[in-house]
Amino acid sequence: MRSIRLLAGAAAILVPILIAGSAFAADAAAGEEAFVRFGCYTCHGYEGQGAGTGPKLAPEPLAFDAFSTFVRQTSGDMPPFTPATLSDEELQNIHAYLESIPATPDPASIPLLQQLQ
Amino acid sequence: MTDKSKSKQAVTKVDRRKFMAGVAVAGAAVVSTEAKSAILPPGAPAPAAPSAMRPSTVMAQAEVATASVSAPAYPGTQNGKPGSDYMVDVLKTLDIEYIVTNPASSCRGIHESIVNYGGNRMPELLTTMHEESGTAMAHGYFKVALKPMGSLCHGTVGLQHAAMAVYNAWCDRAPILMMIGNEMDANVRRPGVPTTHAAQDPAAMIRDFTKWDDQPGSLQHFSESMVRAYRISMTPPYEPVLIVMGEELQEGVPEPGHFENFSIPKVALPTPPQGESNAVRETAAMLVAAENPVFVVDRVARTPAGLALMVELAELLQATVVDQGGRMNFPNMHHLAARGAAAIRRADVVVGMELTDFWGTVNDFSDTAHAQQGPIVREGTRMVSIGTGDVYIRANYQDFQRYQPVDIAIAADAEATLPSLIEAVRMLLDGAARTRIDNRGQAARDAYNTARSRVAADAAASAWNASPISGARLSFELWELIKNEDWALVSRDQSISNWPHRVWTFDKYYQWIGGPGGAGIGYGLPAAVGAALAHRPHGRLVVNIQNDGDCMYAPGALWTAAHHKIPLLNVMHNNRAYHQEVMHLQRMASWRQRGLSDGSWRVATTIENPNVDYAKLAESMGVAGIGPIENPNDLAPALRRAIDIVKAGEPALVDVITQPR
Ligand code: HEC
Repeated sequence: MRSIRLLAGAAAILVPILIAGSAFAADAAAGEEAFVRFGCYTCHGYEGQGAGTGPKLAPEPLAFDAFSTFVRQTSGDMPPFTPATLSDEELQNIHAYLESIPATPDPASIPLLQQLQ
Repeated sequence: MTDKSKSKQAVTKVDRRKFMAGVAVAGAAVVSTEAKSAILPPGAPAPAAPSAMRPSTVMAQAEVATASVSAPAYPGTQNGKPGSDYMVDVLKTLDIEYIVTNPASSCRGIHESIVNYGGNRMPELLTTMHEESGTAMAHGYFKVALKPMGSLCHGTVGLQHAAMAVYNAWCDRAPILMMIGNEMDANVRRPGVPTTHAAQDPAAMIRDFTKWDDQPGSLQHFSESMVRAYRISMTPPYEPVLIVMGEELQEGVPEPGHFENFSIPKVALPTPPQGESNAVRETAAMLVAAENPVFVVDRVARTPAGLALMVELAELLQATVVDQGGRMNFPNMHHLAARGAAAIRRADVVVGMELTDFWGTVNDFSDTAHAQQGPIVREGTRMVSIGTGDVYIRANYQDFQRYQPVDIAIAADAEATLPSLIEAVRMLLDGAARTRIDNRGQAARDAYNTARSRVAADAAASAWNASPISGARLSFELWELIKNEDWALVSRDQSISNWPHRVWTFDKYYQWIGGPGGAGIGYGLPAAVGAALAHRPHGRLVVNIQNDGDCMYAPGALWTAAHHKIPLLNVMHNNRAYHQEVMHLQRMASWRQRGLSDGSWRVATTIENPNVDYAKLAESMGVAGIGPIENPNDLAPALRRAIDIVKAGEPALVDVITQPR
């Protein structure tokens, strides 16, 4: 169904990280899939770059605890995603995906953006 | 329009050539039996002759034996001009360049007159494929040309099609001269479809969102009502108006000599109301004394003069301006231009000018299960409203928004009030005030120089190489190609996170025309075509960043652009969804704790499977189509090719697969 791919190098990298309190390896590729399937991209953009509809999430996402607390408990402009709809494992994978997104290039290295320096 | 009564026309046609209703018939005599038989179906019983039956032209010709009663006798114009020629005479006094139409039998009289009598110039007919598109074209055209276009629609069903576009124009304070055909007299009206398409009061359907309408009973009445309609629609607040033109009035031929007294009134546009002088002085005093005065403006600049006055006032006070963008009210890269609510939170005086939604400007409303809401302004912030919203309001449709109390409400046209407000401020500026204002200005300049461009560059750099292509990348690539041209953007940029306003320098009135007003989808493409038409004589490079969902409401507008050779660069923001609704569905599913993992929110919100090929769509209608472009590195060459086509005087479309926002 999804006809959209990421060009940037984020796809299909397995990022094994240990999350406090859980001992399984978060899977960035599965996280990317979940980021789309749960529709995080619709407000935050496919690379979590942020948009008028939701802030930037990546690179360098919030630490997992804060990230998880926000996603689970927000009662503001973002609708919450509780464990009933999004499992801890899936949320960890999403976090791993966001962590795997490479650092934003320096705008000075992009010719069209140099005019703003 | 299909007309299933055509076969019956041979019988009834002659009867339609009678004098139009409302024109007194001088010297009408009882018609001879021979003449009468010409208008009756064979075998029909002859009706009792009224004491003074109005003769039709054919009857009159039969009486003087110039036409055979057995052969169809077409009156031509030898006996005088048909009514719709007089209507064209009226339209020609109103400086109307264009009337957009989807052809319709109820308008055939005026249609023929515009072409053959008026020479299809001033006004010229434009072909639209849908009345909603035609009316949206008129809407977009006005905001650049600053004069109204006519929208000629079939009675009833044509107007029903046009209705949403009329509502948009109403909310956006754009004048449109709506004109429809209608026939009330069942005795002369063709049965079947034309009768189904007639109504006692066709204007009723859109009366809640038009400023005035009339159904004139005679040509003199038409003349006065058309001029009055023009005048009313062009008096702030500008709004659409409607004139219903009887088919008999259009098609009837007044007796020679009868119309020696036909006259067309002069249009003298009323001057708009200015703010009452005491209230203006009080506002000026408040502004001069304020620490952080903020102007919030939505449609303050009705004309380029409004833009210049707004800059003058803001600079005089070195006060922040939050431009809500209904029009080009303030240069976006000016050091006093602010985006978002932060400036309003800091304000001690807020002056809202021609705002659609003052309440929403000074309050927060979170779309949460509990509809959290509350003021964002500080306690004690003084507020002033200046606008025509207090001069003119209607019930039913809620576009007047929620009630917001203010300290001073000036019921007046804001642009017309600006000169006196500027003068009043100037009179109050003493040395101390000037020092305070200069300091404020310096602080604003410093903050502007250090912060703005770095923030934009950093934000644009992330996802710079992403596919789907980011709104930032799209906007930078476009800007690079148009910034040294005389350009104009004729679409909103909200759907791509306002990137053009974050990056491009908007400083001329015509570079920005705001949005649909009523947020009715299907406005974007036709309004862009209409606006591009108004830009055409100036040779500007006109850009439309076109949402995919909106495009599919009215793709026929592309054909209109090709047919009438309207140069316009359409760049698809193709996120393959009605994306706003995607987010709404997600919100619902989140609140209800279901259906998030299986993407239920994609059902009936996305435009995929199959994907629409917009380049082919454009090609099929004679518009050069390029794309789909998925790789950001392919974007610049595609845009360059399209710009070459547009500069040669044709429309073009580049389909770009984009991030959601
Ligand atoms: C309907 C739009 C929408 C969707 C869908 C959405 N978000 Fe958000 N998100 C927002 C908005 C708006 C905010 C800012 C909310 C606020 O500040 O209260 C936000 C904030 C966040 C934050 C806090 C960021 C920060 O730096 O403070 C995180 C983390 C986050 N979202 C993660 C997610 C994840 C993960 C998903 C998918 C499971 C998701 N969001 C889906 C709109 C959305």
